[in-house]
This record gives sequence, C-alpha cells and structure tokens, in this order.
Amino acid sequence: MSNASIVLVSLVLAVTAMGFLAARWGGANLESLEQWALGGRGFGTVVSWFLLGGDLYTAYTFIAVPALVYGVGALGFFAVPYATIAYPVALVVLVRFWGVARERGYVTTADFVRDRFGNRALEVAIALTGVVAAMPYIALQLVGMKAVFAQLGGGFAAHDGLPALTIGFVLLAGYTYTSGLRAPALIAFVKDALIYVTVIAAVIVIPAKLGGWEHVFAASQSVLQSRPKPSSIYLAPSQYFTYASMAFGSALSLFIYPHSITSVLSAKSQAVLRRNAALLPIYSLLLGLLALLGYCAIAAGIDVPQSAASSIVPLLFARFFPEWFAGVADAAVVIGALVPAAIMCIGAANLFASNVFRTFSAERSPVETRVAKLLTLGMCAAALAVIFFVRVPYVIDFQLLGGALMLQIFPAFVLGLWTRALHPKALLAGWGCGLVASCTMAFASGFGSNYTLHVFGTSLTGFIALYALVVNLLVSMTVTVVLRTVSDGAKH
Amino acid sequence: MRKAYVLLIVPFVATLLPFLYNHPEPALFGMPFFYWYQLAWVLITAAILGVVVWLAKGRDV
Repeated sequence: MSNASIVLVSLVLAVTAMGFLAARWGGANLESLEQWALGGRGFGTVVSWFLLGGDLYTAYTFIAVPALVYGVGALGFFAVPYATIAYPVALVVLVRFWGVARERGYVTTADFVRDRFGNRALEVAIALTGVVAAMPYIALQLVGMKAVFAQLGGGFAAHDGLPALTIGFVLLAGYTYTSGLRAPALIAFVKDALIYVTVIAAVIVIPAKLGGWEHVFAASQSVLQSRPKPSSIYLAPSQYFTYASMAFGSALSLFIYPHSITSVLSAKSQAVLRRNAALLPIYSLLLGLLALLGYCAIAAGIDVPQSAASSIVPLLFARFFPEWFAGVADAAVVIGALVPAAIMCIGAANLFASNVFRTFSAERSPVETRVAKLLTLGMCAAALAVIFFVRVPYVIDFQLLGGALMLQIFPAFVLGLWTRALHPKALLAGWGCGLVASCTMAFASGFGSNYTLHVFGTSLTGFIALYALVVNLLVSMTVTVVLRTVSDGAKH
Repeated sequence: MRKAYVLLIVPFVATLLPFLYNHPEPALFGMPFFYWYQLAWVLITAAILGVVVWLAKGRDV
C-alpha cells in the first residue's frame, strides 16, 4: 500500500471506531426516536456548528463544484452566491420551524405538514419527496468517494472501486444503525478539521506552484475559450438569469432537505441556530476556494473528459501534495462524504418511518425507531445499488433532478409555517404539477439543470427547480381560490 | 427589533444581480473582481446575519 492509502485507511478506521463509540455519548436510551435520530435535541452551538457544517458541505462541495467550474467556467461559481444567501433564508425559516417542532414534538417536515393541514395524502407526498430526493444525494457522496479511490489505484480501484465503496458503506451503515445521529455528530469534528487543513493547504500551495492566481485565471480563460464548446471565466449576459436563478433556487431548497432538517432539529435552542446562521458561512468561504481549484486544475494542464471531471480534485492532491498529505486530503473527501451520507440516511428513514409507514403522532411508538433504524440500512443499500447500476454522470443528473423535486415541498412546508391560507388539496395539486413540470423540463433539456423558456419572442434560460416552483405556486393558489369559491357557494 | 430582518434583503440584491460584478477590474491578489467580490459577500452576509440576530434580540420574523 502507498503512504497515501495507509493514511486514508487509518483515518477511516479511526472515525469508524468513533462512530460506534458515539452510542455511549450522553448515556442516552437509543430506543427513543428523538434520542437516536436527533441526538436528544441537545446539541449546543459548537457541536451544531460542526454537525451542520459537516452535513451541508458534502461531496457536492468538494468534488462536484470544482468539477463544474472546471467544465463550464464562471457559471459553476453560482454555488458561492447560493451558499451565501442560503443563510438569510435559514435564519428566517428554520428558527421558526425549530420553535414549532420543539413545542409539538416534530421530527420531520411531514410531521409539521400533517399537523398543520390534517391531510394524510399531503403528508405522504411530502415524506416521499424527501426520501426520493435523498437517494441520488447519497449516491453523489459515493461518487465523491469513488473519485478518490480511482486516483489511489491498487485494491481501491479494483472492479471500478465497488468493493472499496461497499466496505465503506457497510461500516457507515453499522455505526449509523447503532449510534444514530450521535455518530455523524462526533465524526463531524474530525471531518471538518481535515477539510479546513486540506483546503487551507490547497489554496496556499497549489496556486503558488502554478505561478499565482493571476496566472491561474489567465491560463483558465485561454483554455476555456479554445474548447470545442467555449466558455469563459466571466458570465455572458445571457447567463445572468441562469446564474441568479440557480443560486436562488438552490438556496431555497438547501435547508428543506431531510438531512438539513435532521441536523437543525438536533440543536438545543433557537439561540444555537441563530448564532450558527451567522457562523456557518465560514464554510461557504471554503466552498468558494474549493470551486477555484477547478481553475487550478485547468492551469495545471489537467485535461480529462467532462464525464471524468469529478477526478480533478484528487488528481490535484496527488500532483501537488507530498504523498502522506495527499492521504490526509483524500481522507477529508471520503470522511466528508460519509458524514452527510449518514445524516441523509437517518433523515430519509425518519420520514419513511414516521410519515409513510405510520402517520404523525406526538406519542411516538418504539416501533418507529426500529423501523427507522432498519430503513437506514435500506437507504445505504439502495444508494449502493444506484452506484452499481447507474453511470456517474447520470448520478449527478439525478441529484439535480432530486433538488428540483425537493423544492416542491416549499409551498406546503415553508409557506405553511406562516399561513394556512392555501388549501391542503390545492397544495397537493401544486406539488403534483411541480413534480410533473420538473421531470418534463429535465427530460426535454436532456437532464440539464436549466431549461430555456421561449416567451414573447425572447428566450430565458433558468433553473428548472425554480420554474417548477412557480408552476407549483400558481396551481396551489388557483386551486385554493376554486375550492374556497365552490365551498362558499355550497353554503349559500 | 423585528424591523432588523429587513437588512436580510441586502445580500440577495448584492449577489443575485450578476451585472453588478461581472467584470475583471479591480483585481485583488490577481483574482478578478467577479471572484473576490462574491467571496467578500460571504463574509459581509455573515456580518449582516450577526447584526440582525443581535438587533432582533430573540424575536422571530
């Protein structure tokens, strides 16, 4: 084994041990869903900062964002405004949700929707959306791990990396089943420390060896413009709307994913969340610097086909870091993928156990915990199956589509926090139309993330998720007006 | 002071209108304006959030 592999394996085994030991943290009874899934709702500012940071910044941040910048230039940088404005949204929406969730004992978004609107079909719809959207997101974490394994070669890369991925996920399933949310919460400390060390080293060492940022940007510009499909380190005016709509749509959906909700509800108080809304953007700065590694890869002359762009970050590590430190950096990516994967499994399993298998009730039955624990194993297995049978570029496409689907719970969940004005049946109709619109536009654009609308002789290319949300809101409002008019008519 | 929440509109305006910052100059440490401006807004937004949380003194929207 190479030095890099030895460092990586040791660090992964160390966090695995931490994951199992986390079951003893706080001496809680893990038969209770609130203890197993939400860490007893007792995490303070520091634990929540590491946990939320470890949860929200995933393989998407470390692998997919740099790959996107490498592939399309400036447009890929939308992730930075996205990761900026997500926090004002979080401060407003999540602090309020945390308040009602604590008071009424909610574990999921669908718990709230059921209690608010009293509609079973809507509850199931909201829950299944979360489960379906989480699946490709977990698979994306595996894509990140796979990219690292491919770079390491040897036993890791054997059989397309599938045996190594399976071992990683069996360990993950084991400690998540045993310890619940406490496992990723404890491992998040190691993950985040590794990520900070790696990114700081990368942005100091790599651009310096490439002749400074000025050279990195100049070299990237000339390579991007000479590609068969030219792009640029600046946006074309026709991309302004695309850029803004991707940033805005993604920011609205980030915190309604089941894994975000799970981590948010594990906070001890609203004050913890408020403080973290102001402290978590530090991670977004890392995301921005990581995004620029896409240009470093171009400037370093790394030339891979678009389908292999997820390999550029591990390639940079191998080229510019001493071997042992490349192992640390690789471990940062692998552990960085395992932490959110564990929380995604827990979040999706909660939704299924509490809102599909059973219906929301404030008196939780121990059977829900058992079902949620078993479903966590099921989610891990399903995500592995996705990686076995679906090719990598499609996994990223499905993750984008998953984001568009996820945003369709916005009217019921987020607007529902402030108003009961929309009728539950109308919300269900809006949700359905939003899903159909997302899938149709995704299909029509060849599974891109953007769709071009032709209206009044001009064309407007924007984020599918946001277009579908507009459809959803229009249907929800129209059907509400119709239903209320009909029921008023019946009274007279 | 619940009015403080109005400040949260500022980061949206500053980051969602790309024509405001889609240009190379002035560069900083060799980084074009487009890039360092958006990175700077990560920190400015964090500061605004801190101020809003402080001014709102535990009150929600």
